Amino acid sequence: MKIIKNLAVLGFVCFASVANAADKLTVYSYRQAFLIDPILNDFTKETGIDVDVVFSKKGIAERMMREGRLSPADVVLTSDFYRLMELVDKELVVPASSELLSSNIPAQYRSPDETWYALTMRVRNVYSSKERLGKLNINYEDLADPKYKGKICTRSGKHPYNISLVASMIAHHGEAETKAWLTGLKANLARKPQGNDRAQVKAVKEGLCDLAIGNSYYLGKMLQDPKQVPWAEAVEINFPNQDNLGSHINVSGMALAKHSRNKDNALKLMEYLSGDKAQKAYAEVNMEYPVKADVEPSALVASWGEFKADSLPIYKLAEFHHAAVKMLDEVKFDL
Amino acid sequence: MSTLTISDVHSDYQGQQVLKGLDLTLKKGEIAALLGPSGCGKTTLLRAIAGLQTISQGEICINKRVLSGSNVFVPSEQRGVGMIFQDYALFPHLNVADNILFGVKGGDKEQRKRRLNEMLSLVKLDGLSQRFPHELSGGQQQRVSIARALAYEPELLLLDEPFSNIDAKVRGEMMLEIRAILKESNVSAVFVTHSKDEAFVFADKLALFNGGRIAQYGTAEELYSSPNDRYVAEFLGAGNYLQARVSSSTSVETALGTFKSTAELKHGLNYQGELMLRPQQLEIVADDAGTGVILERRFLGNTCHYKVNVAEQSYEVNSQLSQLVPGQRVTLTTPVHPLVMF
Amino acid sequence: MILGLPKRWSLAGYFVALVITLPLVAILIQAMIPDESVFGHLLDTVLPTYISNTLLLMFWVCLGAILIATPAAWLVAKCHFPGRAIFQWALLLPLAMPAYVVAYVYTDLLDYAGPIQSALRSFFGWGSPQDYYFPEVRSLGGASMMLAFVLFPYIYLLARTAFMEQSSSLQHATRVMGCGPWQSFWRFSLPMARPALAVGVALVAMETAADFATVSYFAVPTLTTAVYDTWLGYGSLSAAAKLSAIMLLVVFTMIGFERFARRKQQLFQKQSGAEPCELYSLKGIKALLATGYCTLLLLVSFLLPFIILLNYAWQYFDESWHVEFLAFSFNSFYIAAIVSVISVTLGILLMFISRVSPRKADLLPSRLSSTGYALPGTVLAIGILVPLTYLDFAVNDLYEYLGQQGPGLIFTGSVFVLIFAFCIRFSAIAIGSVENSYKRISPSLDMAAITMGLKPSSLLWRVHLPLLRKGIFAGMLLVFIECMKELPAALLLRPVGFENLATYVFQFVSDEQLEHGALAAIVIVLVGLVPLIYLNRSLEQQG
Repeated sequence: MKIIKNLAVLGFVCFASVANAADKLTVYSYRQAFLIDPILNDFTKETGIDVDVVFSKKGIAERMMREGRLSPADVVLTSDFYRLMELVDKELVVPASSELLSSNIPAQYRSPDETWYALTMRVRNVYSSKERLGKLNINYEDLADPKYKGKICTRSGKHPYNISLVASMIAHHGEAETKAWLTGLKANLARKPQGNDRAQVKAVKEGLCDLAIGNSYYLGKMLQDPKQVPWAEAVEINFPNQDNLGSHINVSGMALAKHSRNKDNALKLMEYLSGDKAQKAYAEVNMEYPVKADVEPSALVASWGEFKADSLPIYKLAEFHHAAVKMLDEVKFDL
Repeated sequence: MSTLTISDVHSDYQGQQVLKGLDLTLKKGEIAALLGPSGCGKTTLLRAIAGLQTISQGEICINKRVLSGSNVFVPSEQRGVGMIFQDYALFPHLNVADNILFGVKGGDKEQRKRRLNEMLSLVKLDGLSQRFPHELSGGQQQRVSIARALAYEPELLLLDEPFSNIDAKVRGEMMLEIRAILKESNVSAVFVTHSKDEAFVFADKLALFNGGRIAQYGTAEELYSSPNDRYVAEFLGAGNYLQARVSSSTSVETALGTFKSTAELKHGLNYQGELMLRPQQLEIVADDAGTGVILERRFLGNTCHYKVNVAEQSYEVNSQLSQLVPGQRVTLTTPVHPLVMF
Repeated sequence: MILGLPKRWSLAGYFVALVITLPLVAILIQAMIPDESVFGHLLDTVLPTYISNTLLLMFWVCLGAILIATPAAWLVAKCHFPGRAIFQWALLLPLAMPAYVVAYVYTDLLDYAGPIQSALRSFFGWGSPQDYYFPEVRSLGGASMMLAFVLFPYIYLLARTAFMEQSSSLQHATRVMGCGPWQSFWRFSLPMARPALAVGVALVAMETAADFATVSYFAVPTLTTAVYDTWLGYGSLSAAAKLSAIMLLVVFTMIGFERFARRKQQLFQKQSGAEPCELYSLKGIKALLATGYCTLLLLVSFLLPFIILLNYAWQYFDESWHVEFLAFSFNSFYIAAIVSVISVTLGILLMFISRVSPRKADLLPSRLSSTGYALPGTVLAIGILVPLTYLDFAVNDLYEYLGQQGPGLIFTGSVFVLIFAFCIRFSAIAIGSVENSYKRISPSLDMAAITMGLKPSSLLWRVHLPLLRKGIFAGMLLVFIECMKELPAALLLRPVGFENLATYVFQFVSDEQLEHGALAAIVIVLVGLVPLIYLNRSLEQQG
């Protein structure tokens, strides 16, 4: 009988904590909390609206599906495009109409039906060893060239950044050709895919490999950490496919949760994230390319130079996502 | 007035009949021993009395109150029986005082203290009330467990092989001591043992078990000298069993000759059966013309044990005579006494 | 046995067992729901690798752990050599180390850029990885080594006890018949200890199968990580449940094997209370080898990683010591405390019922409730979320039906779900601990108490609880450290914004910067050390 009493007390405690959270905004984020905390803190300072962030690398869509109408999520932040599309596909988000959003974010970076908005852009770069290869004019297609055998490092193929890259290759070249390319790339890997993008640059520095696939902002982030500066300084950043299709672009983005109980405040947060201050912060703190047209990238990022971006509309990537995942399994990319 | 009445008790355990119709009564202040080899049901009966085991038929009453019977089952905690266990079952986390007062309900501090002291002096453990069980000898623990059971003022005390863990050297003394305690407090007790010697010393009455039945219930003397059957006779002591024929109401014919009985025989004329003679009931005399020959001789201190062969049949004899030697010719007779025949 | 035990006790037991087995049932039901060909796709592509990885990993870890643990156990149990008294308990310390932390530390040491390979390169003048061969740390073999080093104490503990309890007269007999220590080990001690070793192997295999963090850090995909990926990556709960069912098959096979071995072990170790046999006195080079072996083992499996952790923590202390760190520690502690109290309470209740109930069927609840431990954290998470989500919706529907605002996700959205999951997973430990203590309480104490008029509840309160004190305490400690260490369930089930030490440390491990989380890792290790030392002492007192 004691147990039942305990459970009852516990239940009340939980109940109270959930009830408390009702007037706060809850953000489900695929982006690491420390990347967005400073921006959200500013938002709270300006508007007085508290924000709770739930960070998860995986499974936010799954979680929201399970939570259904009881989900506490108000805004979802993703670190890649596919996950935005997943939210839309599973009808977990609703259109967020706002003049401010429409004016801040250029049309190609938001969905026509306003179900999602991009916030920042990142290039999927190929880093090369300063010492051994120097600056390159390289294409993604070249990564399968046998001359790079044992010289390439990358993170897990199943990471959204890589899936997205594979999806873009399928979009451009078709499945058969892409599979051959992926098999070639797999054969060129210096080691089994592991770690994050930073770890690949580190591996170049260590001499484990000569080429690393990684997002642009990682280089900037590494230059901010004294311990990682030597890694960053060991590589050149290359924008691939400059003579033909252009570099693969990925976006981070946001969407309004379908069952948000506080849509007005959620919209305020979304507007804030698209505004000058937040965009500037994304650029300066995270070294990403802001989507808002009049916000400049940081000086460091700008110093990497102009580049040609892949013109493929990003929603196209979503179509080939599943094909990409299956292909990665089929060539046993990670095994 | 009888404290305990058991009538026609049956008990099953996993489809097997363990008790097959037992009857037993015990008077106030009497001590009964449930005696028998292991697996004969004596412990089952003890537990059934305590309410730790169900019965399938019959009735168990204490002081006319039905405790187990058809549609009646009084739970152990309401039966008012005390129980003493083979391992004494003292609570290791409580000291002697708390152990003794464990079952004592109510009463103010003074009364409880008085009760405790009464009990301590009854079992001669004055001054040890603050000790813990592991600081006591086996005998002392035994006495604490008795004090604990008596402090609770049970209507009946049940003892489950209470002496089997006590060193043989002090066991006899211990039994007498505890018997004295029980007698002093005039409590009725049922006591389980597989040792006839313990039963002889400790109990007033013996119930000898045989395969879930009571073979015979009575005083030790009754069971020893006039057993109901050969099982009882054998259990309580060695004996010689002679082929015999009843030749008159007070005499039988055997291979050793015709013996007279001081009591009337139970069997009719010409009944063929076995005559039981305890080894000390046979007399041995040296006789060069005798039909017996001594096969073995063992000196036992106050007596001498002989194995004697008479007409291809061997007999066990206990005798005060110690000078006979193997090979010597002898004659066996028995003094006139109440003969027991099966 | 209490013949008149009220039925409500049995009902309570069955209720607890029902709740604890709920996830298992939920998974089996979920596994039967068809999924959109996800499972078929997995089966065609990566599943065979996942399964073979899982089995290979289990095999290598068990083999490694046996080879490491058996000599150490035999030396400590049968020989005198310098440091024996210390090794006796110190060799248990690795159990306090989360395997993924050890894995991280060794990756750092042995990786291409690590001090060892760097030193080799500069010494031999090698320039690139093509110039020489060095085994890959982040591999199946590497993961097996790490897990073996962390899990070998299970086998060590059981084998040591088995060796110590081997009857001295048998040992003498082998000696009289001319067996030296070496022969005596091969021909007598080892065969006699085989059942105990088998029990240890089964435990190690189960722990290996349940490991999530090490294999995910080493990028060795196993069934556990597959469950996680399939669920969250493919978003297919039923495919994940199917994988879980495969996983359960593996685990339950292990359990069956363990039960079988345990029964055998009882046969082999019947003669208890035998006086300890005198130890072989090792002298000279032999003593040196013995001490050297144990020292090396301790160094590799515990001291080195721990010192490196301390070093990390020292260097990054200012960054690590902040309010959040305290909050995460508090989260870990209070959850572990609540769970250990609840688990032990359940353990006491269940064991009490199975001890005193006259109904044979009442043995079932405590048996059923012990199955919770078999569910690896990832599998358990799925099994819990499904029914609790239903419950959440039911509660909210009820509120709304009554025209009120629903309370939201009171079960799955709060720490309740974590506490619930941990209780299910770790009740088995509490039950085992209480059960062991109960075995040492003579049944006649119960009978004595009952005949003196005690009701069942007062029997529990006045007699059993005081006597179970030690077992209760040990059970609580064990559950406590397991809660501190448990990662996958915490990762998957934690509510909005919740972080505890384990998830916090793992976040840094997966971001390749454990340095920042070293302080938290040390707290986990230190909390784990206390009960280990306490338990070992009480074990020795028994022996």
